[in-house]
Amino acid sequence: MRRKVGGFVLRVNPILCDGFGHCHELAPELVKVDEWGYPIIVTTPTPLADLGALESARYAVRGCPRQALNIERIAEQL
Amino acid sequence: MIPANTLPRVLHGASGRPLTLEQHEEAFAMTARPGTVMDQLEASGLTGRGGAAFPTYRKAALIRSQRSHHKYMVVNAMEGEPAAHKDQTLLSSNPHLVLDGAEFLASIIGAKNIAICVARDNPMVVHHVERAIHERDRRSQRGAKLELHAPPWRYVAGEESALVHWLDDNESLPQYRPGRPHIMRIGNGPVLVDNAETCANVGLIGRFGAEWFRGLGTQESPGSTLVSLSGAVNRPTVLEVPLGTSLRSILSAGGADLDPQAILTGGYGGLWLSGDHLDTPYTNQALGPIGATVGAGILVVIPKEACGLVETQRIARWMANESARQCGPCAFGLPAIAEDLSQLTHGSRNLPAVYERLVERCGVIEGRGACRHPDGVTRMVKSALKVFEHDIENHLRAAPCAGSRSSQHWVPMPALEPEDEMVWE
Repeated sequence: MRRKVGGFVLRVNPILCDGFGHCHELAPELVKVDEWGYPIIVTTPTPLADLGALESARYAVRGCPRQALNIERIAEQL
Repeated sequence: MIPANTLPRVLHGASGRPLTLEQHEEAFAMTARPGTVMDQLEASGLTGRGGAAFPTYRKAALIRSQRSHHKYMVVNAMEGEPAAHKDQTLLSSNPHLVLDGAEFLASIIGAKNIAICVARDNPMVVHHVERAIHERDRRSQRGAKLELHAPPWRYVAGEESALVHWLDDNESLPQYRPGRPHIMRIGNGPVLVDNAETCANVGLIGRFGAEWFRGLGTQESPGSTLVSLSGAVNRPTVLEVPLGTSLRSILSAGGADLDPQAILTGGYGGLWLSGDHLDTPYTNQALGPIGATVGAGILVVIPKEACGLVETQRIARWMANESARQCGPCAFGLPAIAEDLSQLTHGSRNLPAVYERLVERCGVIEGRGACRHPDGVTRMVKSALKVFEHDIENHLRAAPCAGSRSSQHWVPMPALEPEDEMVWE
């Protein structure tokens, strides 16, 4: 099993995104919405050890109607 | 050979008509070929002249390291900025120098095709380039094949991913590029995109070498640059100046107002600079700390009697209209910013609330588009809020300056095009 080191950020493809807002519903700790309903994503990496956040990020990726989200792993800074 | 410390360089021999190939070979005759172009390019320290000032050598080395038989070299002469005329001036005086540079770069990266992209709204320049390519075709063909492309003119069409997407798929729309460095492709082939002025400088470096190139400019930003000067000037001009010249001497050489209120540096997605900083050298290293940029070599001078807020509002409104409307934050956010600015200039019921909303919206939109278009606008608006602070205070107290009621404007601006009439293909 891989050790849970490093972090992740949620990334959105802004061209695909149509502002459905599902990601905000599914991962409220990672995604806020602006006044037009488009996602504002937390830019600082969340540690992979935070399993709750990782799970909701996965829900957001799978729940996005435009498939505009992906999880990017960030290697731990030494 | 042109002496190393004289100007003009890229505009050498310019006479109002483009130089023919024979005249070009005569004007830029070289005595001895310096070392390989790649080494010379690295030693020259040339940075891109299209706005980002990225080292040209590193960009070329990245594409060179890719393995492909279908590499492309793209010369970007789209010139989306309405205040810029440098690529146009360059291509209608020394088109062969740009083509020289493109051929050098193509040979470095191993490209078989060179695409020169000129906006189709500029038929004279298209004609000059066509003619220059034809002159070269009549000689024995060596190296890469030259093609002319004429995408539609749009502000964002000159953005490199939009340009590559146009060549690939006939649509001038910026693309989402996750991860850096990102290699753009036409079909399967990696693409190197360089501005026309950068290519002209590469042409000079390939002919005369890095040491000659460093004869002008500063240690960090060597060479010369083309400056498009407009606004409160006798006549909008394109000047070639060594990097590191003071702003004051650039303005006086261009016949501009020497006691301006502010200068817009870099372009419409650039930064406002207050008129007190005229003695700053014109390099990114010196301008950066005081909140300005060389950008695409654009200077728009605003006189004391003008209202900076009105000019900012006009730019923001036009830029909002030029958005490709692909990403939500840009498509909805920029018109909202333009609307806030227009309320600030023309008055509304609760001005302090409008001001706060504007600041908040600027912060929210930044970095959330596929390209840098929204970032440029918010950056420009934020710098305006800083530079025109006093004026804005008066506007907030519902006592706007006289300039805001004047019908005279200084920043050059094409007419707003209705959205359904815009051509992207």
